[in-house]
Amino acid sequence: MAELLVPFQYDFMIKAMWVSSLVGAVCGFLSCYLMLKGWSLMGDALAHAIVPGVAVAYLFKLPYAVGAFFAGLLAALGMAFIRQQSKLNVDAVIGLVFTTFFAAGMLLVSLYPAAINVQTIVLGNILAISDWDALQVVIITAVSLAVLLLIWRDLIAVFFDEDHAASVGLPVTRLKVIFFTLLSACTVAALQTVGALLVIAMVVTPGATAYLLVDRFERLILIAVGLGAGTSFVGAYISYFLDGATGGVIVTLQTLIFLAAFIFAPKHGLLARRRAIKTTVLADGRDASASPAASP
Amino acid sequence: MTLDVQDRARAELTGTAAADPAAVPALDVQGVTVTYPNGHTAMRYGTFSLGAGTICGLVGVNGSGKSTLFRAIMGFVTPQDGQIRVFGAPVADAMRANRIAYVPQSENVDWNFPVLVKDVVMMGRYGRMGMMRIPRAIDRHVVQQSLERVGMEAYRNRQIGELSGGQKKRVFLARALAQEAEVILLDEPFTGVDVKTEGAIIDLLMALRDGGHVMLVSTHNLGSVPDFCDQVVLVKGTVIASGPTKTTFTETNLAHAFGGVLRQFRLGGRDLHDDDDARGVTVLTDDERPVVFYGADGSREMPRHRQDEEAAEPDADARSQVEAADAPDAAEKAGKRDG
Repeated sequence: MAELLVPFQYDFMIKAMWVSSLVGAVCGFLSCYLMLKGWSLMGDALAHAIVPGVAVAYLFKLPYAVGAFFAGLLAALGMAFIRQQSKLNVDAVIGLVFTTFFAAGMLLVSLYPAAINVQTIVLGNILAISDWDALQVVIITAVSLAVLLLIWRDLIAVFFDEDHAASVGLPVTRLKVIFFTLLSACTVAALQTVGALLVIAMVVTPGATAYLLVDRFERLILIAVGLGAGTSFVGAYISYFLDGATGGVIVTLQTLIFLAAFIFAPKHGLLARRRAIKTTVLADGRDASASPAASP
Repeated sequence: MTLDVQDRARAELTGTAAADPAAVPALDVQGVTVTYPNGHTAMRYGTFSLGAGTICGLVGVNGSGKSTLFRAIMGFVTPQDGQIRVFGAPVADAMRANRIAYVPQSENVDWNFPVLVKDVVMMGRYGRMGMMRIPRAIDRHVVQQSLERVGMEAYRNRQIGELSGGQKKRVFLARALAQEAEVILLDEPFTGVDVKTEGAIIDLLMALRDGGHVMLVSTHNLGSVPDFCDQVVLVKGTVIASGPTKTTFTETNLAHAFGGVLRQFRLGGRDLHDDDDARGVTVLTDDERPVVFYGADGSREMPRHRQDEEAAEPDADARSQVEAADAPDAAEKAGKRDG
């Protein structure tokens, strides 16, 4: 028993667990919108696009969030520019730009292997996060969470029916800009905990899982935030014992919960669907034969 | 809202010009020209004006600029030229004051959203709520009332995506009602809607008109236009005619608006009856809902549509045949009323 409490004796573990769950909570919040709009891959693209920014920031000892922010901005502008000037589809543009940025990042890392740790960027390293980096993550996530709590209803209205949202006087463009700024900021934060490769899981899985469980947005958000925070906390905790990469553990946990929901969810789960079909078939059969046979 | 009402009441008492609905049109579109970034001019110098207590049909073929006109009035596209005023104020002000509501076509809506019917209607209240959009008692009350008016209160806890096309339309109408706007724009409210729902929507629109609301209804459903629209705006790249239905919704204007798209049948003389009666029947149809003109010059006497018959014959083709078969009888009745 005492062994299980060992992680709580180390400051670095406590820090890792709290920072992770904050990141998990905000990513969970954002995942509700991304998953519904089919924009999940945008989180992935952003996470890859900011890699060169982070590399440059580490190289010149700048706050990593600043480098990431500028890289993200450049990528977004690049995508908008190519989209405007060509007939390419969105997915092609996103794929083109984010791989270019990721490649630039990898190139930088390979040129200066001493200054930048590739594993930190690609896989994250929350257990070894510096106080300064941790502070940046906490500020980003806390501000994002506060903003989301203020505008989550407006965002639903905008994403559900943009024209109508505009017609009741909501500032649609401003809200969308705020949303994508928050998404970029949280991708930057998540980079520290799970790494560039797994950010996508953080901004998809909690929302997708919650979607199988409930039919109302309020509850969707509550469950997704809970799942994001919970799995991140527990994931960081378990990674102490497994001596494994925290990101991998967190995402594995999220996937396991998703699978459970996929199979056992009360209304949209695999079993529930089978049951529903069976009941209908049985009911039809009874109607046809007009016999009051008992159901199994 | 209450302030607005008080202002207007005061204005009425003091007899200022602002209270006179004829002086300040509810919706005033002057010389509006919209050119899209690809160079296509979808609306050129569109002009019309609507007073309070009006249902106006916006009629034209697909691509004639109906949607563009709507989008311009809602401020979604900015006209290159001309101006649009709602009760004398620019569109942006009218929207901020919740004086104008919009019932969109359902294509642009994300039906997978986990929002319930009552949540959707509540969104109509957002412009009247505080920054956090936390519903107050009055908001819940208005939502409930709006749902009752469209007959959807039984579905309030259903997820929006589970509803049928007609039910979704009614929920959107409830959302516009909840907004408590004086001007309501409805974009093709009858597409994909069964005749019974269509009748219910029309009845509701007429009740709103009697309450002083102004509605602009885009439709390519010709047959029902004379039944409930007191004004008509015909568009074909521009506004080619606008005014009272009786004088504007004529065979000539329709032929102009629809070019060769409509099929026209005219029955008269020996084809129709065995006497020298000069009157005939003209049926204009786009294969959906035909419009029927009776009388000698074919421009008068449009019948109130018959709901019982529609319910029995929802099929458009069958209906046009029925109407044609009924025509001699109806023409005679029309003639009797004339005399």
